[in-house]
Parts: sequence; structure tokens; C-alpha cells
Amino acid sequence: MLKVNGQDVDAAGKTLESYIAEAGFNKVRIAVERNGEIVPKSKYGETVLADGDCVEVVNFVGGG
Amino acid sequence: MSTGGTPLPPREQILAALVQKQGADAVEKLQKATIAVCGLGGLGSNIAISLARAGVGKLILIDFDTVDITNLHRQQYKMNQVGIPKAEALLQNLKEIAPYVHYEVHQVKVTAENAVSLLQEADVICEAFDKADAKAMLVDTVLEKLPQKYLVAASGMASYDSGNAILTRRITDKFYLCGDGKNDVDEVVGLVAPRVMLCAAHQALTAIRLVLGLE
Repeated sequence: MLKVNGQDVDAAGKTLESYIAEAGFNKVRIAVERNGEIVPKSKYGETVLADGDCVEVVNFVGGG
Repeated sequence: MSTGGTPLPPREQILAALVQKQGADAVEKLQKATIAVCGLGGLGSNIAISLARAGVGKLILIDFDTVDITNLHRQQYKMNQVGIPKAEALLQNLKEIAPYVHYEVHQVKVTAENAVSLLQEADVICEAFDKADAKAMLVDTVLEKLPQKYLVAASGMASYDSGNAILTRRITDKFYLCGDGKNDVDEVVGLVAPRVMLCAAHQALTAIRLVLGLE
């Protein structure tokens, strides 16, 4: 089990790329922080989520 | 430069006034700082004016767009500036407000390719775009390619909801996010000056706090 945006999520072993797609996030509108570090978009496919990870998906909305 | 017939006060006099209101230590640190503002719309024009007034030494101001009549309800431009590039119009306005700041303006679109060369001199980078995908692109690019920089981004300032919903959150050591985090301009009604300015004020204050070592 790991935490995504404060919620328990059963996604250990999945890549960040597949978790993001399954969870319905729009990849071009997000930034992902994992255990205090930003994961660059180019690394989503090779980043494997692990038990105990703390992930924040920052979903940007328009306006400025 | 015309100041309505009154001569421009010398730099020393303006600095002394800043020291009186902001404190000598803060002014000294701000004078040495370089802050970039990416996007000069509702967020960026307000951020830039706040930072210029506060005595930031150098501002790097970037926008590819021109002033449109639909900008004037929330952006720091004037009716007679409609149609001219925002970078040029804001520079004119800033020079009247804070003439001794060093301004570097770029009339270009920030991309993943040019971001490093545009932003490498900045101590703090403020993301002030309007499109969500541009915001995410800049955050991703800065945090990947310029990881030593502080980045202050914004998400969520549309609607007539309470201003108390607009917050500053620290996401990582270097990355701060201001806004309500939810109200998308394409999904809710209302993009109103005070709420945009609240978000811009959060960003400008966070940038100042970072320069002062208070974050």
C-alpha cells in the first residue's frame, strides 16, 4: 500500500506511467512528487511504485 | 522619462524609502536577487509589479502575447496599450513605478527547449501562465533541468469563491504551489481581478520570503 494525494492506494509494483493512466490523470496537466522529489515526465515509464511511497499528483488547472 | 514634470528621485532616495518600510537587511537581499516571471497576464503582471515595488534587483519578464481588451479587467495594463506586446507594455508601466530595477524582457513563448537559457540566471522562477499544460511543462522542465532553482507556480484562481481558499503549499524543497488547486477557468464562471491578485500576491510573497531565507 502507498499513499497518493493522502489516500491509500494499492499500486505497488506498477509503473507511475500505468498508475497515472489507470487513475485517469491527464499526463500533460500534472506534475508528480514522490517521496519529496519531482519525477520528471521522461521517467514515468521506468518509475516503479513501492509499498510505503508517498506520492502527490499536482493537477494543474487553467487560469492566470 | 516623464514623471509629470517632477524630476525622478535619485536611486539613493528610493532605496532609503524602501529601507524605512522594509528593513535594511531585506532590502539588501532583495537588491541582490534575480526573479523570473513566466507569463505576464493576470498573475505575472501583478507579481512583477509587487516585486519591482519591493526592490528586487533584477526581473526577467517573459511573454509572447499582446495586450487584449479582454485582459484589462485583471491585468496591469492600460486601454492605450491594447495591441502592443505585454512584455513591452509592462516594461513601460514598471519603469514608471520602479525605475531603478534592472529589467530583462523577452517577447517569446517559453518552451522545454528555451527554458534553461531564459531562466538560468534567476534565483526564483514564478510560473504565471494561464494554460494548465504550459504550467505543467514549465514545472517539469525547471525541476528536471534547473533543479537548484526555486519555483513558485499557481493553480486555481478562477471563480467567485472565497479568497480564503487560496493558499501557498510547499510541494518539495524547491517547489511551491499557490492557488485553490481546483477552480479551472474553463469549468467555472468568473475570473475576477481580486482573486487573481490574491494568487499573484501569494506567489510574489513566497518569492520574497525565499529571497529572504524565510522559507
